[in-house]
Amino acid sequence: MTSTVSAAAPLLSMRGVNKAFGGIPALSEATLEVRAGEVHALIGQNGAGKSTMIKILTGYVARDSGEIAFGGDGFEAKSPQDAQAKGISTIYQEINLVPYRSVTENICLGRESRRFGLLDWSAMHAQARALLARFQVDIDVRRPLMRFSTATQQMVAIARAIGFQARLVIMDEPTSSLDEREVKVLFDVIRQLKGAGVSVIFVSHKLDELYAVCDRVTIMRDGRTVRVSEMKNISKVELVASMLGRDVAQVAKSATAFGERATPIGDVVLQAKNLKAGHMVHDISFDVRKGEIVGFAGLLGSGRTETARLVFGADPLRSGQFALKGQAFSPHEPADAIACGIGFASEDRKLEGIIPDMSVAENLTLALLPQLTRAGIVDGAKQRAVVEKFIKSLGVKCAGPDQPIRELSGGNQQKVLLARWLAMKPALLLLDEPTRGIDVGAKAEIQRIIKQLAEDGLGVLMISSELEEVIEGSDRIFVLREGHNVAELSHAEATEAAVMSAMAHGETEAALRERTS
Amino acid sequence: MMQVDVANPNPAAKRDWRPRIARYATLAALLALIAFNFAFTNHFASIQTLYVNLTQVATIVIVGVGMTLVIATGGIDLSVGSLMAISGALAPIIFLGKIAAIGEIHVAVGLAMLVAVLASGAFGWFNGWLITKYRIQPIIATLVLFIAGRGIAQVSTNGNLQPFKTPAFQWIGLGRWFGVPVQVVIMILLVIAAAWVLKSTLFGRQILAIGGNERAARLAGVPVGNVKRWVYGISGLCSGIAGLVVIAINSSSDANLVGMGMELDAIAAVAVGGTLLSGGRATVWGTLLGALIIQLVRYTLLANGVPDDVAKLVKAGLIVAAVWLQGRGRA
Repeated sequence: MTSTVSAAAPLLSMRGVNKAFGGIPALSEATLEVRAGEVHALIGQNGAGKSTMIKILTGYVARDSGEIAFGGDGFEAKSPQDAQAKGISTIYQEINLVPYRSVTENICLGRESRRFGLLDWSAMHAQARALLARFQVDIDVRRPLMRFSTATQQMVAIARAIGFQARLVIMDEPTSSLDEREVKVLFDVIRQLKGAGVSVIFVSHKLDELYAVCDRVTIMRDGRTVRVSEMKNISKVELVASMLGRDVAQVAKSATAFGERATPIGDVVLQAKNLKAGHMVHDISFDVRKGEIVGFAGLLGSGRTETARLVFGADPLRSGQFALKGQAFSPHEPADAIACGIGFASEDRKLEGIIPDMSVAENLTLALLPQLTRAGIVDGAKQRAVVEKFIKSLGVKCAGPDQPIRELSGGNQQKVLLARWLAMKPALLLLDEPTRGIDVGAKAEIQRIIKQLAEDGLGVLMISSELEEVIEGSDRIFVLREGHNVAELSHAEATEAAVMSAMAHGETEAALRERTS
Repeated sequence: MMQVDVANPNPAAKRDWRPRIARYATLAALLALIAFNFAFTNHFASIQTLYVNLTQVATIVIVGVGMTLVIATGGIDLSVGSLMAISGALAPIIFLGKIAAIGEIHVAVGLAMLVAVLASGAFGWFNGWLITKYRIQPIIATLVLFIAGRGIAQVSTNGNLQPFKTPAFQWIGLGRWFGVPVQVVIMILLVIAAAWVLKSTLFGRQILAIGGNERAARLAGVPVGNVKRWVYGISGLCSGIAGLVVIAINSSSDANLVGMGMELDAIAAVAVGGTLLSGGRATVWGTLLGALIIQLVRYTLLANGVPDDVAKLVKAGLIVAAVWLQGRGRA
């Protein structure tokens, strides 16, 4: 698969790794090689297997089969502590430290020096100072950690994780909660580690970062290692194409159930201008029309979900405007958006969708319920009528309206959640990953339902990580990248190459050619 | 692109039967206790015994009704005993005419009851406000009034015992309605009302939705903050009523003692009754059964010469058993 492997013996070599969870393969014959002193990017979509790979390496889960060698010897970590003792450290997204205690205490937590059964403070302070000096951090280690800037705290966390003996450091999306300046600091640390001969596995969805610090990249998809390359020999589009499993030049064959659409598209339902919020949404503008399916394409972390949540009033907006059917609209709570005829199906059915202990009927009518009550009392007959209508029209397979929803399959749960919103006859429906984690048959059914809804005059905003779903399903696509909408493509313009190029570079191929020629 | 559906493909095969077992276990345990007493305890089969047990359990159930609603949202209310003390302290101040003499005693008593119950309801609402406004964990937020509430009661009575002999008021704890003790009637009415609210109203559905999955409930438009504030307010109202019953029985109000330890008795009744302590599944009738079981076990042991300290151990064992059954139900 690789043509540029040098003679240098790898520090870490994972070969033919297999792992299945409950019979479902998460890794099949996956491979990962990291050389001494290199920064190695590990990328892939959700479910590609990169986190399983890391969990095996750090001893969180055991592999089913496969060979792992570290520093030339066979390697097996029984627990994260064991992996750390053997020289593999992991740095997580959040800083897991005790802010009220001193820097020394944080660094030495769990490995305190003792003398005559008492803590040997002078030895511990010296140890902390020596460790931080390795990263060129010179601070008073006796002061509480919280007194220092986030960047310094991050450095302390990294120093603690790496210690003196780490030869390989795993960073799992280390920059997701950092601002630009802190990212720069982190990159300096990575370069220093590299200078000290330490290798780094760098997991990130931000492509620019990979090019900034990484030497080589391993791309995973569906549990397999699909490509290994020097960073300088792979373009961003190739990177995205490998992650998504597309040939850059490949012409799409229809693989979804959306089919041809021929409905007149109506007036603007929702207009969003210059949205800005949180860490993820910097400047996003878009609009959705009546009877139109608008797709949001973008990598993880591009701000797709966050934008949908803003429309729904689930998160606070810092600046920007919404207009709903021409009227100014500023939702503060989901209830406000619902009152204006907006529905939102979250990407996380379990955490943000179903109420597991409640019945199909109760879940289905949750948003509509205020309209099914008189003087606060639920009208049982009305409720039953609504529930039966939707169970039938969407083809929900269940034992009956009173069956607890947790007993249904993912696809049927999703249909109930769709019905939750359809029952209120919304003007706009926000669908975040509407077909994630459901079987192929149910997926096609849900895609047909979405198409039918648009043909019936509903405005739909659909977010999907599956390129073909967005491209074939959408009448118009907005491509999001790192909190900005970088391209707006009509159904005709939206080829896979164009969308992927925008996801990778922030502009379409044509624009890129124009600019570079 | 093969995707595998992880949920159970055959819904009928894995119906969850264990919670149902747990529910009937509560009823079966109660019936078994009654049968045992009919067989072995002297003078058990009398209206007298029934009313003794029901009056003793009434305040726990009245508080337990509010507690059930709170726990159904996934919360907890530790302040109920202290709110009982506040209500118990305020009522005599008013009907004894310490602020302003009111000529007609029935007006005075009516006003006293109203003010006392509404005051503890307002304090309960304050609990909900703390929890929703500042996102404080319920156990901590209600700890504030658990501690301060009794202090408020003591300060408002200058720490004095308030003895009284006011039949118009004490009717709530000593009177009978068609032969049935008044507090037992109040208890049953509250249980019926709360069970109906949970089952048949929008408010009840919203309570269970919040307890079942708060994030999902919010995203479905449930006004989470409002519902929670009301639920804690209702818990305060129930505590207020229970406080009145206790001082009426005692013919005096002692801010140090009214409602002491009530929070634990109420939570125990809710747990033994089969309400899920993590929220989302609740039964008010279960709370009634749970309180009756705890009461009857104690009565049975005492009536058969077992010391009260041992009875407490048995009560603890019951709670453990109930929570264990719940764990089974969830698994």
